[in-house]
Amino acid sequence: MSEDTGFQPQSGAGAQPPGPGRTPPAGGQPHHFRRMIPIWLALALACDLIWWFVVGPHVPPGDMSTSAVGAQFDFNVLFLAAAPVVLAVWVYLAYAVWTWRASRADAPEPVGGPAARSNFKVQFWWIAITTVVVLAAFVFGTVELIVPAGAGGAEGPNPIWKPTAKHMLVVQVIAQQWKFTYRYPSYGGMQTNTLVLPNNTWIAFHVTSLDVIHSFWAYQIGVKVDANPQLDDVAYTKTRQTGTFTVRCSELCGIWHGAMFDYGKVLSKSAFDHWATTTEKKQAVNTKYLPPFAWTYSPTANGATGATGVNTSGQSPFSPEQHYGATPARKLVRSSLTSTATPTTGT
Amino acid sequence: MSVDVTPAVGVGEVQPPASGLLSRRPAWLSQNLVTALILMVAGYAFGHWIGNVISSGRVWVTTAAENDAAIVLGLLFGVVGWLLGIGALNYPLAKLIGRDTVPQERTDWTKYFRFSLTHKVVGKQYLIMVLLFFFTGGLLAMAIRTELLTPTTHIIGPGTYISIVGEHGTIMMMMASSLVVGPLGNYLIPLMIGSRRMAFPRIEAASFWLFTAGYFVILTALPLGGFPTGWTGYAPLQNQAGVGMDSYLVGFLVISLGMILAGFNQIATIINYRAPGLTWGRMSIFVWSVLITSVLLATASPTLTIACVAGLLDRTVPTAFFLNVHGGSSYLWQNLFWFFGHPEVYIMALPGFGIVAELLPVFCRKPLFAYRVGAAGLVGVGLLSYFVWQHHLFQSGINPDMRPLFMLTTELISIPTGFVFLIGLGTIYKSKMRFEVPMLFCLAFYFNFLIGGITGVFLSDVPVNVTLHGGFFVLSHFHYTILGGLVFAFFGGVYYWTPKVLGKTLNKRLGQIHFWMMFVFFNLTFFPLFLVGLFDQPRRVFEYAVRLQTLNDFASVSAYLLGASFVVFVVNFVWSIWIDPKTAPANPWDSNGLEWQTESPPPWYNFERIPVVLADPYHYSEPVPVPVADLAPDNFAEAAGNGVAAAAMAGAGTGGASSGGSSAGTQDGSD
Repeated sequence: MSEDTGFQPQSGAGAQPPGPGRTPPAGGQPHHFRRMIPIWLALALACDLIWWFVVGPHVPPGDMSTSAVGAQFDFNVLFLAAAPVVLAVWVYLAYAVWTWRASRADAPEPVGGPAARSNFKVQFWWIAITTVVVLAAFVFGTVELIVPAGAGGAEGPNPIWKPTAKHMLVVQVIAQQWKFTYRYPSYGGMQTNTLVLPNNTWIAFHVTSLDVIHSFWAYQIGVKVDANPQLDDVAYTKTRQTGTFTVRCSELCGIWHGAMFDYGKVLSKSAFDHWATTTEKKQAVNTKYLPPFAWTYSPTANGATGATGVNTSGQSPFSPEQHYGATPARKLVRSSLTSTATPTTGT
Repeated sequence: MSVDVTPAVGVGEVQPPASGLLSRRPAWLSQNLVTALILMVAGYAFGHWIGNVISSGRVWVTTAAENDAAIVLGLLFGVVGWLLGIGALNYPLAKLIGRDTVPQERTDWTKYFRFSLTHKVVGKQYLIMVLLFFFTGGLLAMAIRTELLTPTTHIIGPGTYISIVGEHGTIMMMMASSLVVGPLGNYLIPLMIGSRRMAFPRIEAASFWLFTAGYFVILTALPLGGFPTGWTGYAPLQNQAGVGMDSYLVGFLVISLGMILAGFNQIATIINYRAPGLTWGRMSIFVWSVLITSVLLATASPTLTIACVAGLLDRTVPTAFFLNVHGGSSYLWQNLFWFFGHPEVYIMALPGFGIVAELLPVFCRKPLFAYRVGAAGLVGVGLLSYFVWQHHLFQSGINPDMRPLFMLTTELISIPTGFVFLIGLGTIYKSKMRFEVPMLFCLAFYFNFLIGGITGVFLSDVPVNVTLHGGFFVLSHFHYTILGGLVFAFFGGVYYWTPKVLGKTLNKRLGQIHFWMMFVFFNLTFFPLFLVGLFDQPRRVFEYAVRLQTLNDFASVSAYLLGASFVVFVVNFVWSIWIDPKTAPANPWDSNGLEWQTESPPPWYNFERIPVVLADPYHYSEPVPVPVADLAPDNFAEAAGNGVAAAAMAGAGTGGASSGGSSAGTQDGSD
């Protein structure tokens, strides 16, 4: 009745299985894998090469900032590792379905017994290889997290890796249902409806919220930070190219969550300076009504409701239809770039 | 050590009630679905009234229709009324006043509409209920895909849309957490471990009726105006939301209680009710998966219970657990929710692993490869699942030091998950595969779950997560693991075990049509959504970039056809079971599983004698057939002489397996 004790010595990891448990099935193993491996290698190589040289450079979020480049690079590296794994399983499954189907006329009878129940070598190498791959992915991910200072992700109020740049533009992102506004403390604390950034500059985003949790997602510049009420959440990136990018809310924040988006711009440094100084002057009349610049704002500072932060009355601070309804997206960008900011306090 | 060799008669939880007994209630006084519905409505009205009375005059209460206290108490009393009406509270209430209860068990068809203590009846009740949940959630998914047909023209308004999204997510999560453990677990576990019953029949029934109550509670969200938070219910949006939010919180509260009960019952059953000789090393891999799932159910769900209670207090008293502005923390909800939520994700994956690993050997005619590694993988996934929850908070502003740690744990969990692939791929190696319908679902499981798992590694990498977090990529990832993994495995299990449960085989041709439609259109629905997510579409939006319309429309049309595949299943089920039933052979798949060694459908006592298990059920294609169990252990002493049964008995003693029916038949006061 050795079948009954099949589990005990043979399959134990580390134990040297006696006799039959170790012997590979006669004739079979190398034969099948000699057919599978070339197919797999060819497919994996083709897939990886096509990805790296053809698809990879176009993978979102693109290359408008250091964190975007980092995210794209990471995605592509993970893809290079993942594609061979996926293909290995698929090639094996396809080969198995084709070769070992019962409907085949010359299908041999399968062999049970201890050899079919466990194989120390196969199990050991499976576990070893997956462990190495996983640990490599972890080390890679951690390094990538440090190298571009947080990779554009949320660092909380106390970032542990800061960029070493001397000149860093601080931009405060204030989220509320259902729009983002932006404050520039270095330009008199002015507030705008559109995010404008200078090129080739480290930006420190300080993200906070006036009501519920939002998420500030500047897509093409590879930044995503949750906006929490009463919390200053920080992320860094360095812009690399001029152009337009999309800002979306990516944390469900109520019924108009889908309409909570706008477009930002990266301008050349001189164009940004010009824009910032003129806007600061133009905004001065509004800025004096704003609460003084702070890392977070109490909801009562939100002059739109004037009441407690919890929306008990059912009135929303903004009419989203008015802002987003039928306005074509492109027109919205142009008009809001030149429009004046909404004062957010009534005191 | 006690080995049960007594015959079935007079043993076990459920006996057919002798007719004409005076102790049985007349039909018009008996409790069933109708009395439950009546008392549920009455309970709601009572609770609503109480809530209005105790909160009248408080400043935060605006109108009666928006009074959270009234709605919450209404829903809670409604659930109590439901349990009273179905008879779930008869026994505890009777014992409180020192009385015995009246036997309620019926043998006619009405047992399916009553508080039945028979594990096989509860299993069937669960099956209908999870399918009802699943199809309700599926219809809501169709509505979501309809709204997403166009980027800017709206078929349903944003308020309705966000309610439907939340309702879809919540219903599907509730359904998926009980999808396998409920129907297949309750029905099959006693059969697979050679027992006549579950450990706690009343708890088993109560967990089902709580689950059912949860269905009604979560549906009340729609008439109450829905909830805008999605299934994750993030505060402070939760505190801001209208009364529909109360349905969400009470619904999850009720469901979580049901999950705790169901989990404990399965754990107690599997540990204590295994037949003699059924050592841990001989247990079906499916039983292993249900055991680990049950541990997660019983230990993760209390966190959800607490979170829901705190949320309800925030909305009614009002406390401020989750309100930063009043000294609470919105992170508290996120942490509590995901500390439940991530084990929950594996509650929805492990039973699927178990089903495919259970079915593959049968259709491959080979033993399960690396059984121990497989069981270790299930245990490993279960343990690690408690240490990954903060990867949901990568972009939330948690302590940045935590991110590498949770990246590590999240990636580590792919090692034990890989074991599940090892045992599957090892089993089909040099096998003889019969592509019956359940086998097709198993192979599709490996195809889909691979994509779901690999994309999970992308999401666990924090720099990549910056782009993917909160977008359609995440959505596709977990639909690949839950729908592509668990639900495929579940349908494989349904096709496989229907001959066992109902004694009839589902039509093979229709089954193949169902499978191919489901497989093809599942992939055509969710693969494009990976791209949609990469191209910056956040989840739960009702309008999106015009350039993404083609991909979205493609996914929507595929989703309709994916929905249609379930219509094929329903047609198949109705046709094969009621319209043109074909009696199935006793063991149509030629399985070694213990559950197939008794009649199909099983008699009420499951096994004539409690079997003595001699081996694990995966001894296929061996020169000398190895019987899985001795089903008539009258000659037990004789068998014990040859060493096998002696080993079995020693295993029973050391492995902690106690006897099944009769020692338990000392009757914990069962009706």
